[in-house]
Amino acid sequence: MSIFITPETKVITQGFTGKNGTFHTEQGLKYGTRYVGGVTPSKGGQTHLGLPVFNTVAEAVHETAAEASVIYVPPPFAADAILEAEAAGVRICVCITEGIPVLDMVRVKRKLMDPKCTMRLIGPNCPGVITPGDNGTGCKIGIMPAHIHMKGRVGVVSKSGTLTYEAVKQTTDVGLGQSTCVGIGGDPVHGTNFIQVLSAFENDPQTEAIVMIGEIGGMAEIEAAEFIKTSITKPIVGFIAGASAPKGKRMGHAGAIISGGNDTAEAKIAAMTEAGVVMVQTTSDIGMAVKQILG
Amino acid sequence: MNLHEYQTRGLFEKYGVSVPPGILATTAAEAAEATAKLKSDLWVVKAQVHAGGRGKAGGVKLVKSAAEAQAAAAGMLGRNLVTYQTDAKGQPVNSVFVTVGVDIARELYLAVLLDRSAGRLVMMASTEGGVEIEKVAHETPEKIFRETIDPAVGLQPYQARNLAFALKLEGDQVNKAVGFMLNLYKMYMDTDASMVEINPLVVTKAGDVQALDGKVTLDENALFRHPDLAAMEDLSQQDSRESEARKYDLNYVGLDGNIGCMVNGAGLAMATMDIIKHIGAAKGAAPANFLDVGGGADEAKVTAALKIILGDTQVKGILINIFGGIMKCDIIANGIVAAAKAVKLHVPLVVRLEGTNVELGNKILADSGLPIITANSLKDAAEKIVGAIGK
Repeated sequence: MSIFITPETKVITQGFTGKNGTFHTEQGLKYGTRYVGGVTPSKGGQTHLGLPVFNTVAEAVHETAAEASVIYVPPPFAADAILEAEAAGVRICVCITEGIPVLDMVRVKRKLMDPKCTMRLIGPNCPGVITPGDNGTGCKIGIMPAHIHMKGRVGVVSKSGTLTYEAVKQTTDVGLGQSTCVGIGGDPVHGTNFIQVLSAFENDPQTEAIVMIGEIGGMAEIEAAEFIKTSITKPIVGFIAGASAPKGKRMGHAGAIISGGNDTAEAKIAAMTEAGVVMVQTTSDIGMAVKQILG
Repeated sequence: MNLHEYQTRGLFEKYGVSVPPGILATTAAEAAEATAKLKSDLWVVKAQVHAGGRGKAGGVKLVKSAAEAQAAAAGMLGRNLVTYQTDAKGQPVNSVFVTVGVDIARELYLAVLLDRSAGRLVMMASTEGGVEIEKVAHETPEKIFRETIDPAVGLQPYQARNLAFALKLEGDQVNKAVGFMLNLYKMYMDTDASMVEINPLVVTKAGDVQALDGKVTLDENALFRHPDLAAMEDLSQQDSRESEARKYDLNYVGLDGNIGCMVNGAGLAMATMDIIKHIGAAKGAAPANFLDVGGGADEAKVTAALKIILGDTQVKGILINIFGGIMKCDIIANGIVAAAKAVKLHVPLVVRLEGTNVELGNKILADSGLPIITANSLKDAAEKIVGAIGK
């Protein structure tokens, strides 16, 4: 098995006919992902990449029975796109868009926290989710390079895109491969968090070990460490980026800033170590650390 | 994006957040004139820079006459103010703000900020104003009060009352504080702020509730819908390398080490800095900067990035770390070679490429005739650049 998505998952692209929507949907199709259409307002009725274009997400879901959507809509319109997916009954929504205003995400988050809301949001500002498969049987929803992945035993969860790729390539190189890789994104307000992904990996028989990559800023890693202590039995290899970052300087991601207190790399490494996570000192050590645990 | 104190006060006034009267001055003569316009026998002259700790650094002066105001302003204008929050060079003082001195009965603290775990805004207040709030949070957390705000309905008057009573305000002060807080919340929402901090919030001897100082940080991702606020940006307060980088859509943060870094992705850029520090600390090597070139590392971007890195005279070597992902390594390698030729590279350059066509990419670098050292992992790259600058 895998988590969140399988090779059977039907996906639509929001922002389908734009440059990014087009390129990454094509890449996903090559990987075997079941893209069934897309949405670009006012272009409904057209055909793009051999797939139908719809005006609204509701229409797309109704016509194609898609259960997942991926968003490449520009930042000013992305929060609206997420809420449209939720209203249309999408089960899992992956938002790639970088640079969404924080207050837009505060409003989105309130909707997601509504007990009646059944949609899972991944991101925003993330590489997406992939469940690797052999010979065109994988499900790739996002912008990650397919060729570094291999179907296998390790679950990867990360705030950072390119650091996810590091972990993926190394777990492929040592012959272990990945069950599912989830980029949760580096924005201060986002959908799915570390705890939800860790919990899903714990319940997934295919996942034998987990790689968790965090960074400075916020308390998510500290909260995850508490959860790991009580609820995760599978081995975890961890890394926190930003040990050398000075206080008060934002390091690229909107959320990666040390504002004082427990949001430093040092505090996070200490909490995760105490929770039993095997912390590596450099990113180059991730693959070997997992290999040593799984043998 | 940070605002100056006088700009923050302008927003406060617009939204009915009470502040003592004041006037902006760009010359010493204007500062003297300001005292004539502001009826009082005591004024405060404050240097307008993007940094805290102005008081201790001589950037805030109490004055009792027009002549004293003129002298205080003359001492600040045209110079750089160095505080514990600035670098050794300090921040240029291009204007001063003159306000009337206030008879303070109590100093409090008030802020609106994001609670990331809840994904909601919080209004936070403390009875301990005028001091560092992190210290209060650490030593006497019971003196900090919070109200979490539901975005669907906004800050409610009862929440503001909760805070006012927790701050031990009395009589008329309660309603004044409630109005102050509701207006402040409205300002936060309307301007797409990411943080508003008032320290100190004062109760005057006359019983008024006023913001004596204010710090507002705006969400840069939301500036597209606030052209008026975007126009308030003061580039003179920024690191010149950082402003240059922004022109090319590069994410750059200047640090004080000797190894320049160019990386794609924020997380990987931080991890690259970390490994340089980890491996290089014993040999005097440290990262000179954070630089994320983003997803499309083309020749123009790499050239601009190399120029900015080399503009830092402390840089003794450069590490480029690109995880190609969807971009092909041979294309990136061609970009690096062209850029290195364009900037007449004079320090060692280590390049670590990963992704599609990596062998071809490394061959292009090796055949370029340039002194480029290739590496096959991040660790290998860090070891090579630390070794190269040690020679």
